[in-house]
Parts: sequence; C-alpha cells; structure tokens
Amino acid sequence: MRAERQTPVALPEVELALEVRGLSVELDQRPIVTDVALDVPAGGWLCVIGANGAGKTTLVHAIAGLLQHTGEVSLWGRPIRSLKRRERARRIAVVPQLPAIPDGITVEQYVLLGRTPHLGFLAADGPRDHAAVAAALDRLDLPWAAGRRLETLSGGELRRVVLARALAQEAPLLVLDEPTTGLDLGQQLRVLELVDQLRRTEGLTVLSTMHDLTLAGRFAHRFALLSAGRLVAHGDRADVLAPHVIAEHYGVAVRVIDDGDLGWAVIPAPGLDP
Amino acid sequence: MSGVVARRRTIVLGVVVLAAAVLAGLLVGPARIAMSDVFGWLVAFGDAPEGVSEQASTILANLRLPRVLVGGLVGASLAASGAAYQAVFRNPLADPYLLGSAAGAGLGATIVVAYGPSGSVELTVPLAAFVGALVGVGLAYGLGRSSLGGRAATSLVLAGVAVASFLTAVQTFLQQQRSETLRQVYTWILGRLGTTGWDDVRLALPSVLLAVATLWAVRRLLDVIEVGDVEAESLGLHVGRLRLVVVAAASLATAAAVAVGGLIGFVGIIVPHTVRLMVGGSYRSVLPLSVLFGASFLILVDLIARTVVSPAEIPIGVITAFVGAPFFVAVLRRRARTT
Repeated sequence: MRAERQTPVALPEVELALEVRGLSVELDQRPIVTDVALDVPAGGWLCVIGANGAGKTTLVHAIAGLLQHTGEVSLWGRPIRSLKRRERARRIAVVPQLPAIPDGITVEQYVLLGRTPHLGFLAADGPRDHAAVAAALDRLDLPWAAGRRLETLSGGELRRVVLARALAQEAPLLVLDEPTTGLDLGQQLRVLELVDQLRRTEGLTVLSTMHDLTLAGRFAHRFALLSAGRLVAHGDRADVLAPHVIAEHYGVAVRVIDDGDLGWAVIPAPGLDP
Repeated sequence: MSGVVARRRTIVLGVVVLAAAVLAGLLVGPARIAMSDVFGWLVAFGDAPEGVSEQASTILANLRLPRVLVGGLVGASLAASGAAYQAVFRNPLADPYLLGSAAGAGLGATIVVAYGPSGSVELTVPLAAFVGALVGVGLAYGLGRSSLGGRAATSLVLAGVAVASFLTAVQTFLQQQRSETLRQVYTWILGRLGTTGWDDVRLALPSVLLAVATLWAVRRLLDVIEVGDVEAESLGLHVGRLRLVVVAAASLATAAAVAVGGLIGFVGIIVPHTVRLMVGGSYRSVLPLSVLFGASFLILVDLIARTVVSPAEIPIGVITAFVGAPFFVAVLRRRARTT
C-alpha cells in the first residue's frame, strides 16, 4: 500500500495564530464555558488561568476541537470546523494534564504515536516519521531513553516524553494543560523553560493552562482569566495578574513582586484584606 | 530502526512455532504414522505419494489436516479478538469468552440450529453467531459503562460475566424446549474439534481471514487508542469508527471460532498476555504474534485433548480453562498492583 504522507502544514503569514469568538461549551446541559473570545498571536504564549472548576481544561479542549462547542475557532485564519480530524491534528498538538501511559510501550513507540495525523488510515510509518521521532527525542535530550519502557521513567522524564510526542506531531500550535502538575519545583522550571525554548527556536505558538501564577507570569505573554466559565480579564501581565483582579476572582489577597533581583512573583499576603 | 528488526525476528519465530505445531498435529494420533510419511505426504500434496500407505494418506487428508487447520483458525481468532477487545476497551481482562461475545454467538447459533429452517445451516449459523456475538459485547460494554462505575477493568468483566450467564441461561432454555436438537447443539458447545472435517474449514475460513486481516491491518492504530479516547482524537484518530471496526472484526472472528469450535475460554487472555511478556505492549507486535501463537497454542492443546485419555477425548475447553483460570487470576493481581 502506498503511504499517504504529509509534510508539516505550510502556514499563511498572518498575525494571529488562534482566534476564538463567542465560544461556549455545555456539558449535560450545564454551561461550562460561556461566550469566550481570545486571540493568540503567532509565536506567542497565552496562559489561561482561573480557580479550580473555572473551565480552563474545557476551554482548551474545545479550542483543540475535542469537545462539542458553539462559536468560532480559527487557526491561522482557517475555521477549525472546515478542517478534517487529521488536518486539525497536524495543526494542534495537545499535551494533556494526566496523559494515559500505556503498559509495556517503549519511549520510541510512544513518541511515534505523534505521527498518527501524518499517516493514512492503514499506512505504515516510514523514514520521515522515524526522522521526526529521532529529532523530537534529540530536541528533548531523550535519545538515551528511546528503548526504555514508559513505566520505568520518572514523572519529569515522562513529561518530557509526552512533549516529545507532541513535538513529533509537528503541529505549529502546542496546547498544554497544566504542564507542571505533579512535578517538583526544579522540574517545573525545566519543563517550562523547555517549552519556551521550543517556542522561540521552532516558532511554535503556545496555549496553556496553569495554576501557579508566578510561573505563568514568568513565561507567558498574554493571560486569560476565567471565572465560572466566563472570560473576566484578558491581556498582558500588568492587566490580568494585578492584585485587585486576583483578589476578586481567587478570593485571596496577594502581593505582586517585581524587582530586578528576585524576578517576578505573585505571593499570597494573608494579612491583607482581599 | 532496531525495533523493526526485533519485530520481524519475533514474527519469524511465531511462524516457525506454528509450523512445528502443525507438524506435531499431523504426526500424533491413535494411528501411528511415521514422520517420513507425513513429510512425504506434505511434499506430494494432493497426489498419492509413493511409499505412503493409502490409509495414512486418508487419515492425514481427511482427519488430521482439517482438524489442525480448524484448531489453528479457532486459536488465531480467539487470541486475536482477545487482544483486539483488550485494546479498544483498554482492559487487560477483556476476552471473547468473558465479555459475553462467545455466549452471544452460542445463543445465536442455538436459535438457528433449534428453530431455523433445516438445510441452510452452513450460512445461517455463522451469521446468527456473529449477530449474537455483537449483541453480547454490546450488552456487556453498555452495562459495564453505565451501571457499574465505568472505568475499572473489573466492571467490564463483571458485566460480561452477567451477560454471559444470562445468554447461556436463555440458550439452555431454548435447548430444553427443542430437545430433539439437543445433541446437535451440545456437540459444538463442548467443542466440536473431535468431529471436524473440511466442511468446518470451509465454514470458518472466510470469516476468520476477513476478521484477522482487518485486525492485522489496524494494529498500529490499536496503539493510538491505548492513550485514551480524548488523546487519540487529538492525534486525529476517529476513535468511534475504529472501535466499531475492531469490535465488528473481533466479534466476527469469535463467531467463526464458536461456530466451528464451540465455547473455548481463556485463549484470548492467555495468548496475548504471554506475547506481551515476550515483546512488550505494542500491538504492532502483540496482534500478529497473538494470531500466530494463538493458532499454535490451540493446535497443541487439541493435541493434548485427544491424546491424554486416548482413545477418548477431553473437551478442549476444559484444558484451556485449566490453564487459563490461574492465568486470569495472575493478570488480575498484576492489574490490582499497578492501579
């Protein structure tokens, strides 16, 4: 059988990688996300923040086309509804919060799954796919782990392997749902630095959700604050990660520290009245 | 890639083991036939070979070869459909027997044997068995998801056991209602390999080839579905369509196996899990090797079934259960440890 094979998508030169207009999601007839509008410039990093249950994961899943929704989502100017599944998957790679780790699969076999949207239904993988896998492993310093079984890796290594799968997918938009869950402080920083590096060197656009506002504020360029499924603030760090905004939507008083030595941080300030 | 080489090597091993199993199946039996005669007969296939007695040729051609072939087809079907069900339900304990699909196939076939028009059994039995198998799997899956708390590996199996018991009860009731067909029904429930002939090969071959070829073709995608529905969708896979294709193919294979071999349990658990211990969890290897080792396994089990208490026979399902039940417990314990 002739392999049906695609090279990475050629993208038009547009300013916005992602445009979301009037996006709403209902699950079991309950509104989870309501009328959200967002823009992510090409090559930028937008972080969705909000309290637990605000609808962050639902929002990014809907944007990635994984949930029924109303409203419009466009990628590089093309409505996502007009894309077939595999076309969509060649444009958006999703790294889930808690990726399923199949039993008895090697790192190489797992990363190869990222090539799925580039292969026809019954086609076998070929040299181009193996090259993409090798490049992704290389990019994340994982060649040593290629033959290792997933269950033998640590949490931080697994996170990198899942990123490698997303990278092998060669999609220009990377969606990360809570990329630092379950990692220690050092690993959290390393994973985010890696993502930022990939964004700069590979020209990726990043959409993430995050709980840690300090880390979010250090890496992302733009922020979208969700509260009960509605977008309540959208803009840069100064607009969204401001003490009065956080106090209102997280119900906790915070101080924002921004100085040359310590860098930038959001810290809870129990003495203050929210 | 080194993985490709290793994969080819294990497939070659599987083919060699299968060839050895076929040879053993031809060689061993109540009538003594020398190995040189078996080889001579195989080489001269079709003609009456020189130096091989007519009696030996007849035994090989009309008794042993069809029996070995049917054993191979049934084993390949049960092992491949076990592996396939395990993949699409993401459940290591899924098996045609435990999921209710074999019981459904049994019920479907019984209805046709007991109530259907006589004569056209050749086509209607496999068809009814196929529909029954789909109904069995559908019920088990629906019940396991909706009422028993969904995701746990055991809930699907519990639902499958309930469905299987129910369908078997209906089947027994129908048998009692039509006792004149009782014997006919019973012979294949206990595994009919004892009376196998070329008719059974012809009955099973098309379905088994179609089903196994389908599963073999989508083996790469079975790895994708292992990461879960949402992630698989994000990789561009049409999960619902793949699951439908795979369940249909696995149920067709199960139905064909039940129609010629009767109810034989645990093959779908023993073989894929043994293969996983050998080559890891990727279905690119697990599926092809389950087909090859499943065929070899059942040919050899049948060999034991017909020689241990010769000239009588042990029902083949008794031996697979004897090996399979402890195996099932081992998989269950392993599963309980890792989740």
